[in-house]
Amino acid sequence: MTATTITPEVVAQHQLTPAEYQKIVDILGREPSYTELGIFSVMWSEHCSYKSSRLHLKKLPTRGKLVVQGPGENAGIVDIGGGYVIAFKIESHNHPSFIEPFQGAATGVGGILRDIFTMGARPIAVMDSLRFGRLDDPQTGPRNRRILAGVVSGIAHYGNCFGVPTVGGECLFEPCYDGNPLVNVFALGVSKKEDIFYAKAAGVGNPVIYVGARTGRDGIHGASMASAEFTEESKQKRPNVQVGDPFMEKLLLEACLEAMQTGAIVGIQDMGAAGLTCSTCEMGSRGEVGIEIELDKVPQRETGMTPYEIMLSESQERMLLVADKGREDEVFAVFRKWGLAASEIGIVTGDGKLRVKHHGAVVAEIPNRELADEAPLYDRPHVAQVRSLPEGALPEVPVQEALPKLLAAPDITSKRWIWEQYDYQVRTNTIAGPERADAAILRIKETGSSIAMALDGNGRYCYLSPGEGARLAVAECCRNLSTVGAEPVAATNCLNFGNPERPEIMAQLVEAIEAIAEACRFFETPITGGNVSLYNETLGEGIYPTPVLGIVGLLPTAAPVTVPFKNAGRSVILLGGAGECDEVRFGGTEYAKEIAGQLWGLPPALDMEREKRVQAAIREIVAEGLAESAHDLSDGGLAVALAECCFSKAGIGAQVDLASDLRPEILLFHEGPSRILLSTANAHRVREIAEKHGVEAPVIGLTMEKGLEIRQRTQTLGAWDIGTLASTYGQSLEASLG
Amino acid sequence: MRFGVIVFPGSNCDHDAFYAVSQNLGQQAEFIWHDSASLGPVDAVILPGGFAYGDYLRCGAIAKFSPVMQAVKRFAAEGGPVLGICNGFQVLVEAGLLPGALIRNQGLKFICRELRLAVATTQSPFTNAAELGQVLRVPIAHGEGCYYADERTLDELEAEDRVAFRYLDNPNGSLRGIAGILSRERNVMGMMPHPERASDPLMGSSDGLVVFESLLRAAVHA
Repeated sequence: MTATTITPEVVAQHQLTPAEYQKIVDILGREPSYTELGIFSVMWSEHCSYKSSRLHLKKLPTRGKLVVQGPGENAGIVDIGGGYVIAFKIESHNHPSFIEPFQGAATGVGGILRDIFTMGARPIAVMDSLRFGRLDDPQTGPRNRRILAGVVSGIAHYGNCFGVPTVGGECLFEPCYDGNPLVNVFALGVSKKEDIFYAKAAGVGNPVIYVGARTGRDGIHGASMASAEFTEESKQKRPNVQVGDPFMEKLLLEACLEAMQTGAIVGIQDMGAAGLTCSTCEMGSRGEVGIEIELDKVPQRETGMTPYEIMLSESQERMLLVADKGREDEVFAVFRKWGLAASEIGIVTGDGKLRVKHHGAVVAEIPNRELADEAPLYDRPHVAQVRSLPEGALPEVPVQEALPKLLAAPDITSKRWIWEQYDYQVRTNTIAGPERADAAILRIKETGSSIAMALDGNGRYCYLSPGEGARLAVAECCRNLSTVGAEPVAATNCLNFGNPERPEIMAQLVEAIEAIAEACRFFETPITGGNVSLYNETLGEGIYPTPVLGIVGLLPTAAPVTVPFKNAGRSVILLGGAGECDEVRFGGTEYAKEIAGQLWGLPPALDMEREKRVQAAIREIVAEGLAESAHDLSDGGLAVALAECCFSKAGIGAQVDLASDLRPEILLFHEGPSRILLSTANAHRVREIAEKHGVEAPVIGLTMEKGLEIRQRTQTLGAWDIGTLASTYGQSLEASLG
Repeated sequence: MRFGVIVFPGSNCDHDAFYAVSQNLGQQAEFIWHDSASLGPVDAVILPGGFAYGDYLRCGAIAKFSPVMQAVKRFAAEGGPVLGICNGFQVLVEAGLLPGALIRNQGLKFICRELRLAVATTQSPFTNAAELGQVLRVPIAHGEGCYYADERTLDELEAEDRVAFRYLDNPNGSLRGIAGILSRERNVMGMMPHPERASDPLMGSSDGLVVFESLLRAAVHA
């Protein structure tokens, strides 16, 4: 191997600033070797070190009475009672999914699943939050369609084979995601409380064991790639995207969980971003110990790999663990049973350093703590951009035409084409899968209780106001859980933003984090972990600020409260009332986007106190078994929610009459939060509960055998055949994919 | 009654089948590891869904060489009931215990969907508790579930009353709408739909339980 001389150009290629390089020199007390430079560059990349966001992430609430483990581990852990815990986290794989959609998305699923089972929890559910460019754009449409199809089949390929159900998610479309799709994966697992494992090395002299796939040259510098904007040259980075093998991961899952049961494992971490580098120094740092490894012992797929390549490879399906000295054989026996290669590659030392040897010679020697935990921290300037968007004008489109148009809109239309490619039932815990209820519901067989999961984000709202948009996302996520009767307990977030070195982008990030902190505190859903994805820009075009919230709730196991009306002749109640909205607050709605073709003003106004009361009311209504159906109002407002309640095999419709003086378009399509549509046979009791919580609950109509009719003060605004609406809603996505 | 659930590396519906026969049916069950040379004292064997050996090469193509398959073949030859679900069906076809092949879905995509099946025969240990023509709501979840065989084989299957289930809304292009078939001796059945996922009302349907109830009834009358 020829030693590469470290010049300012080489440092710059590693995306390290001169000041960061100086810090490396100060830590080492000497110039780094090329391998050491590579190691620092990945650990101090934005992706691994959160150097732009760390300062602000500290503002998030992370503690709660049920939180067993907050941020800082591979996943957050929450107590669900009965001696069991859930481990969950959301992670992005945006950049790789643009470069190679299928493998990028597949390895995104693989990575987050390893984060869950490395904690000793068996993954039981996955949800995805996806963003793409418009499918119908004459220029970018074909590429966007290809990316969508690739991402969906990548997620399906990995999750289905691994055997984890993909139980729901969201998928939205905006031109800003043309060159920068978002693929955020939210995974959740279950474990006995006493079986949790941590990614911490301990015990000087204990063996360090490598297990799983061999190390190849794939994915080198994936973490750094995810920390830079896209340029024309990015397309050449395809070799930086890893290739996933879900079968190998399934074996790793079973073998790791079984090996953990032997009691001979001290600590374990997956090799994700920054591979062997990250797993060694983070485990060492957390345990305040050193780790020494010999690269000759690392199983390799290719010959002639340099220490630099081995340390930076992001080959998938690999785990690193520390075993109790003398009990290695128990661990090896389990891996042998599952046909996996496990090799002892080093030992735990007492000097706190990561020491890497190659052919017996030391090629890197770096203090773990400084490398893993003392990455540069930036308080980047943040100055909110003052935008003046033109005030939009509401076109005169009859409600009769507007509703079908919105039901065909890409954001609103059924995503069945996507989720039918996912096995959403494997493990037979899925009580409510995709598009059945407002949240996914999974039973926990071990405890007899259930959990609900919801995933929400709205980039358009956040573009108009990052703070209000982020608060709305938390509120909607909690509302989705409450609508199925679940009590929200803890959250994870994925913060997708542009280039933080631009003060206006940084301002979006800071405002969103502070708003999430405020809302999560208010709704008592601490953030137990998450992911920040910055530099989501292509050729200088940033995405909308897109914070995505994943929140988990607890509920008793029972038949789920789903969206569609079940019986004719029931009262339709609009819990929270028709709400209020002016034209300024209407500018971020789906109606403004699809019918007016514009974006203006501000997102809908949220009153968190009122939101909390509405949620408490619906939970009580569901708990008393009063709601035959329930659906919250979100994209497309009241009219879209009403139509969605009519879509079922039975095709039960409704006739409603709204006693409101709002302009019809605003009344029917505004997206004011804190509202839930439900049908009940006992309107009296529902209204009693609502009144107790100080929430309006007008009966707006009755369910009918067929047809949907909407009136305002007895005047008909529109009447539709449900079959026609249902086929518009059901087939638009597939039609736009051609 | 005691069920043996085979576990190949890559099986992922093994726990679901186990749960259905133990919790929903209330019988005994045990897992049988793929390198076992014998099955032990079991009354029926289930080859569960999943991706045995990653389904590399071809679905079920590697699994047929696994040591436990020799034991399964002996068990079947002695008349023991063997049920292959989804990937298990693919393994049975590859192993030559059932005729035909399962090829890529007509639409070329994986499909997870609850659909309607018609019971096409009750003359088997897997369907004796059902009624002829009974419609069951049972989900599918597969990418390669299009049943394919030559005309002669298809005619033979029909002539010998060996089609166990047919799709009412054929989702994958299976010839003659075939969702499940029986061996000539009628003690081996493969089906692409997942009865174990429809064995508990909480999952939206318990229509699939009739398959396991039939096995129980057959064992009691044996």
